Amino acid sequence: MTELGVALPDLLRLVQAHLFLSGSAVVAALVIGLPTAIMAARNRRVGAPLLGLISLLQTIPGLALLALFYPLLLIAARATSLPIPALGFLPALLALGLYALLPIVRNSVAAIRGIDPALIEAANGLGMTGRQRLWLVELPLGAPVILAGIRTAAVWTIGTATLATTIGQPSLGDLIFSGLQTEDWRRVLVGCVAAAGLALLADFMLALIEGGLAARSRWRLGAGVALLLVATAATFLPIPNATQSKGTARVIVVGAKNFSEQYILADLLETRLRAAGYRTERRDNLGSAIAYRALAAGDIDVYVDYSGTLWADVLRRSDTPSAKAMLVTLAHELARRDKVRLLGGLGFENAYTFAMRRSRAQKLGISDLDSLAQASSKLRLATDLEFLSRPEWEAVERHYHPAFRQARAYSPTFMYRALGDGSADVITAFSSDGRISAMDLVTLGDPRGALPHYDAVMLLTARVAQDDKLVAALQPLIGAISIETMRQANGMVDRDADKRTVEQAAEWLATKMVKPNK
Amino acid sequence: MIHFAQVSKYYGGRGVIEDITLSIEQGCFVALVGKSGAGKTTLLKTINRLIEIDSGAITIDGAAITALPLASLRRRIGYVFQGIGLFPHMSVAENIGLVLRLQGTVAPPERIAELLELVSLPRDLADRYPAQLSGGQAQRIGFARALAAGPSIMLMDEPFGALDPVTRNALGGAYRALHDRMGLTSLLVTHDMSEALLLADRVIVLGGGRILADLPPRALLQYRGDESVRAMLDCVRDQADRLEALSRSAG
Repeated sequence: MTELGVALPDLLRLVQAHLFLSGSAVVAALVIGLPTAIMAARNRRVGAPLLGLISLLQTIPGLALLALFYPLLLIAARATSLPIPALGFLPALLALGLYALLPIVRNSVAAIRGIDPALIEAANGLGMTGRQRLWLVELPLGAPVILAGIRTAAVWTIGTATLATTIGQPSLGDLIFSGLQTEDWRRVLVGCVAAAGLALLADFMLALIEGGLAARSRWRLGAGVALLLVATAATFLPIPNATQSKGTARVIVVGAKNFSEQYILADLLETRLRAAGYRTERRDNLGSAIAYRALAAGDIDVYVDYSGTLWADVLRRSDTPSAKAMLVTLAHELARRDKVRLLGGLGFENAYTFAMRRSRAQKLGISDLDSLAQASSKLRLATDLEFLSRPEWEAVERHYHPAFRQARAYSPTFMYRALGDGSADVITAFSSDGRISAMDLVTLGDPRGALPHYDAVMLLTARVAQDDKLVAALQPLIGAISIETMRQANGMVDRDADKRTVEQAAEWLATKMVKPNK
Repeated sequence: MIHFAQVSKYYGGRGVIEDITLSIEQGCFVALVGKSGAGKTTLLKTINRLIEIDSGAITIDGAAITALPLASLRRRIGYVFQGIGLFPHMSVAENIGLVLRLQGTVAPPERIAELLELVSLPRDLADRYPAQLSGGQAQRIGFARALAAGPSIMLMDEPFGALDPVTRNALGGAYRALHDRMGLTSLLVTHDMSEALLLADRVIVLGGGRILADLPPRALLQYRGDESVRAMLDCVRDQADRLEALSRSAG
């Protein structure tokens, strides 16, 4: 099981979630798309602009379409004051459903318009009503082409559904995204192979049905439908969960952003909560800004964030006070704005810090951001995906005026790789990253105080913050993790050799907790 | 009786049929002839409202054709056309039984067999699919399908147009016999003047959307009016004369 990088029951649960999401999206697209196509086929004046609009939707990248539904649903929830969830299944369903619309509508329109005009004349001449013509002639004769559209939609949707992970909906993308972050290529591969396998399976089933219809073969049609029913049943089959406690206590949703440290800490929180008798669920790979809003909206109950991130993103502040002042202000403001409770810091910082390879820094005589800025015209900067659009970067530019030869954004794993293989000279590393010591990097000082503090803090929703037993379960974590311990735990997961799973790293971290010195 | 009162139809300002007034008695077999674009197909299709008229009125037995729901009107009128239009996903029996099915009844196998017999086809064709039929067989099924619900009026738009001459001749004769036996009122659109003269009780020659001549075949052969009508008749006569001469020289 660990050969796959994922336990089998967990993999099966992800397959189920993936199938359920993709299947629902295709069914939704069919329910909306088929009547739309019938209308468009009969009325060309409506048809042409409608098809144009649907084609336009298709040009939006899948990831962007998924991301766009988050603010749209937030606005909808605010406008209607209904409890519309902005994360998870609903936005994923809507985005994937829209995406599946094009092949279904386009093929259905072509199917209906492509029917021999003599047959339409016969249907009218014999006295069929519009509805009879549709059910007796147009749909049966168009069925193979319509089904081909559904096949295309199903294959696309199953592939695109892996992106649903980014908005908090479990799918096979969980394996791909977390594997990418922890450089566990087995997980990436298992996720890809499973998604491709599902797509092939769906294609095969629908091809059977399509061929059966076209050739009037009851055998093939029956086999296809039977397989489809089996797949549907499998989607709803309960899978025993070996790791979860059987308590009846309510489910606590633990969130995590999209990098190794977050997975490890979320695992640690989950373990403590389970030990205290709670049932837990995970929402992994939340975007940095989405995670806090998900907590404020109650979609997740607890997660770990960083003071500097909250300072800039939530409070919209660009000043850099002391770490302590920042925590006090944050605790007060978050409670006031969103009734979020800042339970306390874990004891280490995960700050943005500029880092270089030791040899290169020494050769160029760079030790802090001042000397870096002076040499910057010869240097190439690699950042994570968000840094260049963050206020921290503005602050660095304002205080030090660097002018890099090149500045490029990477997913964090590849940012370190870029430094390793020489395609970048400086990176915006994370101070708790295990790779800093593993790769022998030097972190550059910030004499002008441009970069704020990033204390790791536990955030709770008001709902769970009222639960004394829960708070007591998490309280011992306050101040219990040193920067060195966190770096080592992160390093276990991220390194190439002697790799550990997130679960193993979290277990190890639990044994290394220190008593806070008050 | 079918009655047209000052019926016109325009396409883009041009009259395809203009100010047609005409009565067709029950039991009559009428052929509509004329060159392409003369308006004969348009005139035929106004009766079952596959084409809606722009002005005038059409009545069947005194009732306006617009008084009935469209589908009911069409189910009471048989319609056969050059494209035949048998549904490829339905068996012969299902095609024939279709109008009855549209009305919510089911044609029993004996009725299908009877209709196949009516158009001189063997009963065992019932389970075949249209792709397995010859052109002549397919159009015979087309006639059987049109006759299945017992219409009193049959509209035929070049029904033999796509068939070979031998089949065409046989099918034309067979339909004329059916017309007489069942007491149908038949309207046949054809561009073939000799077919019209040999099958119909009354030949209406159209040109430019108007009626040029409206006579029984025998009287039409004596016609001395409009030149284009005479040219069509001369063509038939000329062919007959040349055939006569050919057979005499062979004898």
